[in-house]
Amino acid sequence: MTRAFLVIFAGLLFGFGLCVSQMVNPAKVLGFLDIAGLWDPSLAFVMMGALGVAAIGFPRILSRPKPLLEGDFFMPPRSGIDAPLIVGAIIFGIGWGLVGFCPGPAIASLAYGLLKSWLFVASMVIGMLAVRLVLGPRLLQPTP
Amino acid sequence: MEIYNFTPLSALAGGILIGLSAVLLLTVNGRIAGISGIVHGIVAPEKPNDLDWRLLFLVGLIAGAFLYRLLNGMDTSIALEASILIVGGGGILTGIGTAVGSGCTSGHGICGLARRSSRSLAATISFMLVGGITVFILRHVIGG
Repeated sequence: MTRAFLVIFAGLLFGFGLCVSQMVNPAKVLGFLDIAGLWDPSLAFVMMGALGVAAIGFPRILSRPKPLLEGDFFMPPRSGIDAPLIVGAIIFGIGWGLVGFCPGPAIASLAYGLLKSWLFVASMVIGMLAVRLVLGPRLLQPTP
Repeated sequence: MEIYNFTPLSALAGGILIGLSAVLLLTVNGRIAGISGIVHGIVAPEKPNDLDWRLLFLVGLIAGAFLYRLLNGMDTSIALEASILIVGGGGILTGIGTAVGSGCTSGHGICGLARRSSRSLAATISFMLVGGITVFILRHVIGG
């Protein structure tokens, strides 16, 4: 019960933070990616805030024997940089630049009730399923 | 280049909330707050008994965005200008890319970098660069 509450609360912080920072807004994200136009550097500050906190917190938490309410940490393997990693990041980058949504903001934006948010999330799920269908589960690693 | 629409304080504050969320999830549950990975584990599961925390986190994510709207006069400020075709296509590319590349902005860009993962650094540089190039082509080559 405690675990469920805390996991929901973590999600809540994430969704609230995406809105406070306006990263939930595709127009804002595209303004950041458009360095050659009217440039909005705000997203760099979102990354700085999030990465700053996580970079301080993660090593401290990971130096503990285990999480508070779970038997072990679930960390992605530290394998090398390979072709799927880079090809995948490039394909994702095209989608990101086309729409201005990445997965977190897209799902959080469902709270705004826009039909296009649902379309994006449904399409994203189809893309993930297509990869599973073509490549099978073994090529896929958990998210780092 | 011209700076436009810059909101550094709210961006930093929102980013800090996102970072706290990632640290909380790791502390409690031992998991990485990578949204594409969380969704992927729901739609294309790879291990048993791994569903509940993912659903709870996503419920929290949407609830957090909704809470922000409630506290801000049912905020409707997000703008998704891409056409339905582009939104659908961008969603599919995002799904494929994050599945093949094992992560997105949150998984690689925040959590992975916080773990000093070289894979995540390579992925983050790749999708940022390609996102920027995509917007450049859309706005200044095709649209320009």
